[in-house]
Amino acid sequence: MMQVPAHTQSDGPLLKVDDLVVEYGLGNRTVHAVSGVSLEVARGETLGLVGESGCGKSTLGRAVLQLRRPKSGSVLFDGHDLTAMQGETLRKMRQRVQLIFQDPIASLNPRRRIGDIVAEPLIIAGVKDPEKRKQVVWEVLSAVGLDPELVVGRLPHEFSGGQCQRICIARALVLNPEFIVCDEPVSALDVSIRAQILNLLEEMKARFGLTLLFIAHDLAVVKAVSDRVAVMYLGRLCEVAPSEQLFAKPAHPYTALLLEAIPVPDPDVRPAESVATGEPPSPIAPPSGCRFRTRCPRADQRCSAEMPELREVVPGQLVACHHPLV
Amino acid sequence: MSGALLSIQDVAVELPTPRGNLRAVDRVNLTLEAGRTLGVVGESGCGKTMLSRAILQLLPKKARLSGRVMFAGQDLARLEPESLRKLRGRDLAVVFQDPMTSLNPVLTIGTQLMETIQEHLELDAAAAKKRSIELLTAVGIPAPEQRLTQYPHQCSGGMRQRIAIAIALSCEPKLLIADEPTTALDVTIQAQILDLLAREQRRRHMAMILITHDLGVVAGRADEVAVMYAGRVVERAPTPALFKRMHMPYTEALLAAIPKLETAPHTPLPAISGRPPDPTRPVPGCSFAPRCRYAAGRCHQAKPDLSAAETAGHFYACFHPIRMAEGIGA
Repeated sequence: MMQVPAHTQSDGPLLKVDDLVVEYGLGNRTVHAVSGVSLEVARGETLGLVGESGCGKSTLGRAVLQLRRPKSGSVLFDGHDLTAMQGETLRKMRQRVQLIFQDPIASLNPRRRIGDIVAEPLIIAGVKDPEKRKQVVWEVLSAVGLDPELVVGRLPHEFSGGQCQRICIARALVLNPEFIVCDEPVSALDVSIRAQILNLLEEMKARFGLTLLFIAHDLAVVKAVSDRVAVMYLGRLCEVAPSEQLFAKPAHPYTALLLEAIPVPDPDVRPAESVATGEPPSPIAPPSGCRFRTRCPRADQRCSAEMPELREVVPGQLVACHHPLV
Repeated sequence: MSGALLSIQDVAVELPTPRGNLRAVDRVNLTLEAGRTLGVVGESGCGKTMLSRAILQLLPKKARLSGRVMFAGQDLARLEPESLRKLRGRDLAVVFQDPMTSLNPVLTIGTQLMETIQEHLELDAAAAKKRSIELLTAVGIPAPEQRLTQYPHQCSGGMRQRIAIAIALSCEPKLLIADEPTTALDVTIQAQILDLLAREQRRRHMAMILITHDLGVVAGRADEVAVMYAGRVVERAPTPALFKRMHMPYTEALLAAIPKLETAPHTPLPAISGRPPDPTRPVPGCSFAPRCRYAAGRCHQAKPDLSAAETAGHFYACFHPIRMAEGIGA
């Protein structure tokens, strides 16, 4: 299958999230996990979603798949609103949208054989012919670089973390989906294995014509695979821009801070004394106005009074800040 | 020898497992002077944590330790349990990866800090409390007096790691072992914690072993780096020398496999094929040989010893070292 170029606007975006709000109850309090996020992912594109723990990036990923129902807002997948779908209709639609989790070992049932694990989605999707199932399972296992003959009869504990992630990727591919949400797919893996899996995801994307939402906390990892990157902080998007542009000229102070904080493997680059003071506030009681203002060196009164909306500052680069850096 | 605070000589750790003996640490030699930082880098299972446990004499019961761990002139393996207990926490402190599990969830922060202080230093409760507050202030915890009455679950991950560091620093240790101190933390918090460790180290003239899987973390923070693979130190050098001219193909491959911010999106990463060897099934030759693109005949038959490179203090364990200056090496 040919990859659809990222720029085709003909059919509109494959995924369009509009003003999505997700909240959790916590006793009698509310966790504002995702507070009005809008984004688009074009066909064939990889959108990276970065942010620190607790910023709502995983919740957003799950809400896209309706694994966590949003409180309000819409998720249009190929023009269909997933938030309005229920039961069988939603299940059918989910065959086109898959998810890969962070912990590859925990996301495989330890008591089932790899062949059965990878075939499971086919059974749920109603592929009745065992021969047909076997053929597809063997195809995807070979595609992710495993030898089906050696693998299908074995149990997850016989495999390393990297191999388990290959199995998870095979399982996600088995229904030939169009869209995959990758939630921290390499953060549990060692450096040498991480590179293998990132390369594999890129290969699979090209080979199966996939569109990806790639969620991670590591900016360098996100840059390696993403066409555009969205930066999230405390439930809201700070900035969305083409990868190169975001890394070369971050417009949001939080993006700049994240970039500065990355340790560079070069002893000649002295680590900058951390400019970030403090820690992210609680999503139970997020700050008024701009949510980053409590840690922002540029914050003033306007930032506490008025919530900044995402707006385009440079073509293609959207930022939610009253005092952007560009 | 006289200058070294810590000297590890031919240390090996073997663990009996149902599948046979696992050689977690294999004949490691390292020295560290007061006030210096040694970075120990490697992937999971390379033995870096077992090495730190060997130094602390905190190995699992069934583990067999050989070699000597000389700390301030004493062989730690020969110390009586009582003397060892006095040493740990006072002269020899440790910060672990996960601050949630290293702090006791049912004791207040204050109790945990003051317990350590009163155990090792002859201070009364009031003086111990005063010192606790000073320590929490030093590690950047706002409203330290209130924190003393709180429990670990009331603090964020970054705060908990600051508290763990405060406890580790409480008795002015001569050596601090930081085992993946920032791996469980976010990147902006990681920078704060690494800065804190560096600042306190300078202030106290403390030696530090910084154990990490991240070459980026040691690059800016360690004086010397030891790279471990399959239980052995495969390359060791002063940090600038290592990054300028690494000789061990594994070190080079590890650095190359890290995604870099300067690289354009969708550039394939130079991944290392395969995976580390099964530590219960040691290979006869160089442990990295099955994954190494420079490996040839000899690499599969014999284990290369550490040899000296052209820069003082730089050692590598490889038959086919890369980036050698003319006339040196095999």
